[in-house]
Amino acid sequence: MTGTEPPGEIQAVPVRHPGRWVAAALIAVLVAALARSVATNPRFEWGVVGHYLFSSRILDGLVVTLELTVLSMAIGIALGIVLALMRLSRSALVSGASWVYIWLLRGTPVLVQILFWYFFAALYPTVDLGIPFGPSFVHLDANSLITPFVAGMLALGLNEGAYMSEIVRAGIISVDEGQTDAAQALGMTRLQTMRRIVLPQAMRVVIPPTGNETISMLKTTSLVAFIGLADLLYAVQLIYAVNYKTISLLITASLWYLAVTSVLSIGQYYLERYFGRGSARETAPTLIQRIRGGFWPRHAEVESASQPPRLPEDHR
Amino acid sequence: MSEYMVKAEGVHKRFGRLEVLKGISLEVAPASVMCLIGPSGSGKSTFLRCINHLEKIDRGRLWVDGELVGYRQANDTLYEQRESEIVRSRAKIGMVFQRFNLFPHMTAIDNVCLSQRMVLRRKSDDAEGRAQALLTRVGLADKMDEYPARLSGGQQQRVAIARALAMDPKVMLFDEVTSALDPELVKEVLDVMRELADEGMTMIVVTHEMGFAREVGDKVVFMDGGVIVEEGRPAQVLDSPGEERTKRFLGLVLEH
Ligand SMILES: Nc1ncnc2c1ncn2[C@@H]1O[C@H](COP(=O)(O)OP(=O)(O)OP(=O)(O)O)[C@@H](O)[C@H]1O
Ligand SMILES: [Mg+2]
Repeated sequence: MTGTEPPGEIQAVPVRHPGRWVAAALIAVLVAALARSVATNPRFEWGVVGHYLFSSRILDGLVVTLELTVLSMAIGIALGIVLALMRLSRSALVSGASWVYIWLLRGTPVLVQILFWYFFAALYPTVDLGIPFGPSFVHLDANSLITPFVAGMLALGLNEGAYMSEIVRAGIISVDEGQTDAAQALGMTRLQTMRRIVLPQAMRVVIPPTGNETISMLKTTSLVAFIGLADLLYAVQLIYAVNYKTISLLITASLWYLAVTSVLSIGQYYLERYFGRGSARETAPTLIQRIRGGFWPRHAEVESASQPPRLPEDHR
Repeated sequence: MSEYMVKAEGVHKRFGRLEVLKGISLEVAPASVMCLIGPSGSGKSTFLRCINHLEKIDRGRLWVDGELVGYRQANDTLYEQRESEIVRSRAKIGMVFQRFNLFPHMTAIDNVCLSQRMVLRRKSDDAEGRAQALLTRVGLADKMDEYPARLSGGQQQRVAIARALAMDPKVMLFDEVTSALDPELVKEVLDVMRELADEGMTMIVVTHEMGFAREVGDKVVFMDGGVIVEEGRPAQVLDSPGEERTKRFLGLVLEH
């Protein structure tokens, strides 16, 4: 052996990727051409877009859309968990009931379900709360109980529950049975095991499709226009029905949908990061770290990722 | 204190049409170590899982610390226990698995704390103190805040042992806890178990580590095909087995 120095830290010249540079140049040219055409074509009427973007009618519609999305997703997720647990129940009746529910609500168009809830009062003019087949304590007028907003929310939420239940079930099944064994051997009840051990781990599998569902719900809410609810899209339609600025107003609405979708996507990234804790040897970087690290991440950046997210302090 | 910490009487267990346990009877004295050996598929894991009622037995009786497992007897009638009762008796039985089964979404110390808080209703501070003491004892004082994925197999298994001990169990069940470990990690886990035995913990250990069985075991039980073939003191069963089947099994195990 020749008496050379022991090799130091590697400082090699990275492999060049000429193909990537060509592709990047092509994309840049295309984007520039498209941007120029969109910006200079007067028929887009960007001034109209700017005028309506923050107008009160559009913002009111946006609020309705957001409320509907949040509330029906909340109903959908809660119901989805319950239906998934029912599906996995050992009682054939319980799991069968869940199956029938899913079959019914996935098998009919959402629009039909929205209209159905809207016309609910025609089927049941009054709603009685009380003991089944026994005395009832509260009489409610269905027409005042089920406003168009409530009808839309119920229809979308109950429908979403059917889809969410399959997503949640897939997540639960994906958790190793050894986890349940260990929790039960430690003396945890089935409910505790589900809540503290199985569901948190199922979240890793559940979140990406749930993000999909939420974004899809954001746009599905526009179906409530059929029962006269002024959501974002309907608000826009009402305006262009009068002034015929159809394209500009549709662009206005699309910008809002895109903005909300972006916020949702960022939220999803952080949720995934939180529930992915402990699943990889290295904690995923935050979005900021990732952008700072450049589009082709170097391992040095990833390794210096921030503190692993901590479990919230629990007082049970 | 009852005469036996664990007692089985004619325990049968079927999975569908497959009869896995065909009448197991044995007794484990308090503060003693019983090593359970036998070929793959002989029903060792199933028997351990019956002891803490992870599996329901079909026939026979099982007692832990003088209490019937899974049932309540009044006169001649057996009543299934409610979940709250099963849970209480399970907390007295610690179990450690071949594949560790640590909760991957929690740090080592949270793994050890969770069931203390949820099952024993210990306050957070008490649970954490106990967890720190136990993790230090198994040599993991510097790994408390690590997630399981960042620990070696031997370290994970020691966390799992600490997690089971945190419940202050009366008996510990070990199911081939070193089988998934690299040879150099086996010792660190066996050392922890040896110490535990020295301190007087009652243990049932399913193992292929004959050295451990010989040295630490008070009794060795050889199981095959769902029945106990032979049992006795380690030296007797391992060195001069009376049964042909035991000889054949030991010949295979000790060959390599
Ligand atoms: N949940 C189950 N359902 C059906 N059959 C099972 C189940 N669990 C175990 N068995 C069967 O019971 C038999 C005994 O299994 P068990 O795991 O108790 O064996 P073992 O002695 O622990 O073997 P090993 O040394 O390989 O761990 C095997 O034939 C196995 O296939
Ligand atoms: Mg086994």
